[in-house]
Amino acid sequence: MGRYVARRLLQMIPVFIGSTLLVFAMMYALPGDPVRALAGEQTVDPAQIAQMKKDLGLDLPLWHQYLNYLGNLFQGDFGTQIASGRPVADIISDAFPITIRLALFAFTFTVLVGISIGIFAGLKADTLRDRGLLVLTLVLISIPSFVLGYLLQYFFAFQLGWVDPNVSTEAAPGELLLPAVVLGSLSLAYVARLTRTSVAENLRADYMRTAVAKGLPRRRVIGVHLMRNSLIPVVTFLGTDLGALLGGAVVTEGIFNVQGVGYAVFEALRHREGATVVGIVTLIVVVYLVASLIVDLLYAVLDPRIRYA
Amino acid sequence: MTIIDKTADVPAPRGSTENSGPLLDVRDLHVEFKTRDGVVKAVNGVNYSVAAGETLAVLGESGSGKSVTAQAIMGILDMPPGRIPQGEILFRGEDMLTMGYEERRKIRGQKIAMIFQDALSSLNPVLTVGYQLAEMFRVHQGLSKKDAKAKAIELMDRVRIPAAKERVNDYPHQFSGGMRQRIMIAMALALEPDLIIADEPTTALDVTVQAQVMDLLAELQREYNMGLILITHDLGVVADVADKIAVMYAGRIVETAPVHELYKRPAHPYTRGLLDSIPRLDQKGQELYAIKGLPPNLLKIPSGCAFNPRCPKAQDICRTDVPLLADVTEQDGGELPGRGSACHFWKEQIHG
Amino acid sequence: MPDALEATVKDEALDAVDAQAKAANASKAEKPRSLWSDAWHDLRRNPLFLISAVLIVLLLAMAIAPGLFTSADPRYADLAKHYLQKPNWGNVFADDWLGYDGQGRSIYARLVYGARASISVAVVVTVLVTVFGGIVGMLAGYFGGWVDTILSRVTDIFFGIPFILGAMVVLTSFEDRALYVVILALAFLGWTQIARVARGSVITIKQADYVMAAKALGASTPRILLRHILPNAVAPVIVVATIALGGYISAEATLSYLGIGLAEPTVSWGVDISSGAEQLRNEPYVLILPSIMVSITVLAFIMLGDAVRNALDPKLR
Repeated sequence: MGRYVARRLLQMIPVFIGSTLLVFAMMYALPGDPVRALAGEQTVDPAQIAQMKKDLGLDLPLWHQYLNYLGNLFQGDFGTQIASGRPVADIISDAFPITIRLALFAFTFTVLVGISIGIFAGLKADTLRDRGLLVLTLVLISIPSFVLGYLLQYFFAFQLGWVDPNVSTEAAPGELLLPAVVLGSLSLAYVARLTRTSVAENLRADYMRTAVAKGLPRRRVIGVHLMRNSLIPVVTFLGTDLGALLGGAVVTEGIFNVQGVGYAVFEALRHREGATVVGIVTLIVVVYLVASLIVDLLYAVLDPRIRYA
Repeated sequence: MTIIDKTADVPAPRGSTENSGPLLDVRDLHVEFKTRDGVVKAVNGVNYSVAAGETLAVLGESGSGKSVTAQAIMGILDMPPGRIPQGEILFRGEDMLTMGYEERRKIRGQKIAMIFQDALSSLNPVLTVGYQLAEMFRVHQGLSKKDAKAKAIELMDRVRIPAAKERVNDYPHQFSGGMRQRIMIAMALALEPDLIIADEPTTALDVTVQAQVMDLLAELQREYNMGLILITHDLGVVADVADKIAVMYAGRIVETAPVHELYKRPAHPYTRGLLDSIPRLDQKGQELYAIKGLPPNLLKIPSGCAFNPRCPKAQDICRTDVPLLADVTEQDGGELPGRGSACHFWKEQIHG
Repeated sequence: MPDALEATVKDEALDAVDAQAKAANASKAEKPRSLWSDAWHDLRRNPLFLISAVLIVLLLAMAIAPGLFTSADPRYADLAKHYLQKPNWGNVFADDWLGYDGQGRSIYARLVYGARASISVAVVVTVLVTVFGGIVGMLAGYFGGWVDTILSRVTDIFFGIPFILGAMVVLTSFEDRALYVVILALAFLGWTQIARVARGSVITIKQADYVMAAKALGASTPRILLRHILPNAVAPVIVVATIALGGYISAEATLSYLGIGLAEPTVSWGVDISSGAEQLRNEPYVLILPSIMVSITVLAFIMLGDAVRNALDPKLR
């Protein structure tokens, strides 16, 4: 097990470097120029701009800039925003907790509702109830999250007036409820479908027949024998999904004006603030990589047949 | 080993004296399945009975309905698509088909237990064998986790799994095929049921292990004086352990007989065919006999005798009239207890 | 000439093995019917499949020949009709039956003409992604070893980047937001899913007896890949690609809505949703109508993929 973890951690290094380099390269290939953007409409002496670029290290070749960036990153320095002069680390530490909170809310919603729907449908596979729920999940998958966001916003905020259409800067838990539902809805549909398939499949397994033949009460047959097996693939999916939720937050945050990373990335992209974008994407990639490692380890715990050498 | 000490704890044989009727009595059982291609008639009027301490072997090819009958007795048929349109399954004189779910559940595992063919898939892969064995005691007898675990180890000892104490927390995939089947047997035996149904218990095992497992099962059955229904397609397995045999074909019993009578003088051409297709050492050099044709399609069971398309002796009547299970007698009319054949020409078959 | 003889024997043997591969392709189903014809038998009876097939045909017709559905020009703005909503239920499919948007353009015409941009983006992305991802996955799965290690790590790199976020970064590096730019951005990040699916199914098929037999008889690698692996691995890839196609429609709309995908004067549902969002409170239908089109299209493709998957997988029956 220890060797497996070590090997996986080693494998993460090229993936981490690859993803950051990719984003870095794309950001620095941008035609826009943050320094010039800073100056705005006024004409500035080209020499002054060149000097400023030199100070910021923006005149170096791409690979050199990247190495500098990585070097700083390992010292905990995410760089500085050119326009505001704020350290990117500050912006991230302001925005990330909000997005994490939103993602965790969405995650909880996904797990609770998605698994319940999946079990409810899977236990009666191929009945009207199952078919209906399957179509419902398809509909949920087919509505882009920003459309769902607007619809819910229109309905709950504008029509019913139950909630404020925009989330305040504090992003209190109550305010994040609606955005979390929107963010989690796609995953919810996937989780429900996965659970449903897994439950329906395991229901036909030989060991289920044995459990009934043993004279176990229904509660135990379903709750212990069926669930213990059926939820293994669902847990696997949920792990990788956490990263997807963080990424998807970009859109949801825009609709509800949540001041999280999505908002920060969007602003940074507009102002060509490379360091901010790369920093945030890097963090999301790291969360994704760690989550998938944890999932793989969890898989071995949940399914004794899996052994990592 | 401690096995000899343990035998002393075993309760006195039950059933044999207190009530004289059979333990289990299956009467005119029908089972059908609805599929997208039509209704599959898997069992079409099966009758058989087992007394305490008795072993009934149910013999037949795959698709003959032998396993479906067993599943109907256990109450583990998938319904739907399965359906029991008619019939009775009497356990100690009470019809289990009319019982409620809870009542039946209490019979399962406690009074009637089942051993499945493929122990690897029949044991839950993600729970330890100890947990799965202990579960029987925890659920049916309300024992604590600790006591149940101790009982589980005791059980594993009983079915002669070496180092039971160390292996109780292992998972099914960590055992060999023979050991896994012993665990299945231990699980069925846990609550000392009156009747055990063993569905091809040795088919998935190596030949060398088959005999060991079969011997263990027979030994434990004698010890506890249990009824045993042994479902198999292997005539070789049956000879040593069974008291009587029921041969099934296309969802019907085509012949019943005490075990040695059947081997000596089969009264149905299908049984004859099965016996002839066993390889024998004294027939070296001869071609091995095989029953012609394929098992019948249960969606379209042939009219008349279901075996007629494959039968070497089929006549016109075989294609029109369904033969009923008739009592088989000696040529002079002398009684042959327990014998029956569903063949229009059983006389020619047995005496010809 | 024993050599020539041996060669013919080998060729015949190879053909026999090829036939076996075809049979394996067919015998996955429970009956002697082939896999695809058995699936087709199932699909014809599946109402979800029929509904989605009809929808897709309609949407494709809309994308190819919008003129058949409306005579109005989607770009013709008549500000006098600004937000004029006149649901003309008596004359459904007239140019004005869904009313006018903020610039007085016929919403109906814009919905019809929007199909082309949205669907062509999704279809082209799907084709690119399937070809590229399929090749990467097949090579990684078939050769294993260091080829697999490298290709899988590269796949991981792209897979780790969140899709929409990554597409946003790619798209901001382009000044001009033409159709092909959006297509490239989506394909650049989207191929990993197909690569993973293809790799998995190739690894399974690689171990099949008929592939072993072909190898033992000395079939060349391209022959094994093209005649044995490809035909058997293609089913799961097609299913995933169909479902992904729905996802790309949704992604295009999302990016256009964010203002970094397609942009005016291109007519697309995403562009219309983006402009409709500004007046959500007062004129919700301007946003809702193109949203419905997006959802229906996505739904049609996902349902199709789902139905095909169920039909191809006898295990789920």
